[in-house]
Amino acid sequence: MAEVSVRDVSKRFGATAALDGVSMDFADGGFCALLGPSGSGKTTLLRVIAGFVAPDAGAILIGGRSVARTPVEKRDIGFMFQNYALFPNMSVAENVGFGLRARKVGAAAERRRVAEALALVRLDGLGDRRPHALSGGQKQRVALARAFVTNPQVLLLDEPLSALDKALRVEMQSELKRIQREIGITTIFVTHDQEEALTLADRVGILREGRLIETGAPREVYNAPSTVFAARFLGDANIFEGRAEGAVLRLPDGTAVRIPPGSDGAAAFAVRPENMRVSLAPPDAPGVDSVRGDLVQRVFAGAMTTCVVTVCGRPMKIVAPDREVADLPEAGPVWVSWDRARMMAIPHP
Amino acid sequence: MAQPLGPGDARRAALLLTPAYLWLTAAVFLPLSAMLFFSLLSDAPFRGADWRFTLDNYRAFFATDVYATLLWKSLRLGLTVTALCVVIGFPCAWVLAKTIRGRAREALFLLIILPFWSNSLVRVFSWAIVLRGNGALDWLAGLFSSGDVRLGLLFTPTAVVIGLVHSYLPYVILTTYLALQAIDDTLIEAARSMGADRRTIFRRLVLPLSLPGLAAGAVLVFVPVVGSFMEPRILGGRFGAYFGTVIEDQFVAVFNWPLGAALSFILLAVVLAILSAAAPVLRRAQGAAA
Repeated sequence: MAEVSVRDVSKRFGATAALDGVSMDFADGGFCALLGPSGSGKTTLLRVIAGFVAPDAGAILIGGRSVARTPVEKRDIGFMFQNYALFPNMSVAENVGFGLRARKVGAAAERRRVAEALALVRLDGLGDRRPHALSGGQKQRVALARAFVTNPQVLLLDEPLSALDKALRVEMQSELKRIQREIGITTIFVTHDQEEALTLADRVGILREGRLIETGAPREVYNAPSTVFAARFLGDANIFEGRAEGAVLRLPDGTAVRIPPGSDGAAAFAVRPENMRVSLAPPDAPGVDSVRGDLVQRVFAGAMTTCVVTVCGRPMKIVAPDREVADLPEAGPVWVSWDRARMMAIPHP
Repeated sequence: MAQPLGPGDARRAALLLTPAYLWLTAAVFLPLSAMLFFSLLSDAPFRGADWRFTLDNYRAFFATDVYATLLWKSLRLGLTVTALCVVIGFPCAWVLAKTIRGRAREALFLLIILPFWSNSLVRVFSWAIVLRGNGALDWLAGLFSSGDVRLGLLFTPTAVVIGLVHSYLPYVILTTYLALQAIDDTLIEAARSMGADRRTIFRRLVLPLSLPGLAAGAVLVFVPVVGSFMEPRILGGRFGAYFGTVIEDQFVAVFNWPLGAALSFILLAVVLAILSAAAPVLRRAQGAAA
């Protein structure tokens, strides 16, 4: 186990910059998620750390030592592929034992550690199966066991759960978290699923077009995003953009919205959909602000209902318990309101 | 999932298979039956000759050790050529499947398949021109050394091997290429991430996964090479007597068709015996390497 540092790493593929001056530190024993839309460079960053891709510039440090001259097979990593990449010509036990045999740990130690790893991922007794005879969730567990059985310095997971269906994914999320806690290994995983990142990681890094635009603890990044992109990507966000004039934000169409003090000039504020209310009349409560809007859509989804309201020409999303919005008309003029304390100032709009 | 065939499906399947069975009957079964018939005759039933059924032609094989010696020579030739094709063809297939992409791959494929498009006789004679004394190869070697170079390769067993390897190499390259192409690159990356060096990856992953293709290519080479007669005759000269050329002689020169047919069936039986002996070994190798 070791801490991992990415120092100013850049990588170009032809004309496109897959990574553009990315620096990030991954704490020893931490569980970090790299999050971003497809093409943001998150998988490339993982592959650079693993050594599959050589960076054009910058350095990777594992346990404080640069691994620029260390090939993949000597980096002492565990890598889990999106498609699992299980060896079809080997049994489950042989798959898991492959890395141990390459390290020449001896037959007895190999058998014992394979059994331990399979027990940890709850696949005891399936060692003799071939990969093609496993279900999707079982394959995922084998791939995970195979990645950590050698007790590597760092565990790299490339979209580890994306090939599973929703129910299994949620189950595997908590499994993954349990296993990571039990072995306490530095883990970096790539995902495009923001919910997965928030659930699993103790730290997230958000990438966009090859740049790392935000890092921090999930709750911190969710509650105080520093860019509009991060606010929108990590959960939904309704954005107010305009000119701050003291305690008021002037929107492009002239509407004035009260804001927490401290901003000046061009500014952006975000309110999470679950922190907004829709009502027929503006609520009269201290610290609660509201604007007039036009309800255009109401989508019932069980526990919560999503309303789409056009405010100042832009759609805003509001999520509320269904009983709160059940008496609203299907469409028409409404008021959108929020607690001013829930308004998040975006420092870098 | 396979579903049981309904009565309509069975009829349709039979209809679709009919041309294939007709073809097999006309092209394989009938000629082979005719040859089997010939091999049991005392004389070819032409020119009003007297003939009767006999096993003498098969006995002739065991009467002297000439035929057995030649058969053994042909089998050794088949093994040599197959081994060389595998050794040369595997790296070629690897480069084609894993290293080269796009246009360059298409161009290389064309070069590999090109020999198939030329007449095999022309191909063999052009080797004769290259290999003969004072030929193209001697001239080329002379450029790199002082004095007159005489490699004298033509009319040697080496020339036969060169000609056969050139003719049959594409089979091994193509079948192995298909097998290697099917190996997902992430499998190799996964093996590397687990600390395996190149040799381990080759031995435990690439070789077992490509073995079916390699074996198919080897069979496609071994079987025709054991019975080959044209390359030995043209490139082998006085060393060019093989089991295949002896069979050819019976049909073309000596007009002893019954003996030729009998020798052909002995060859067929030996090749089938070798292949059926090799099949379980190959299967075990695939399982054990895993």
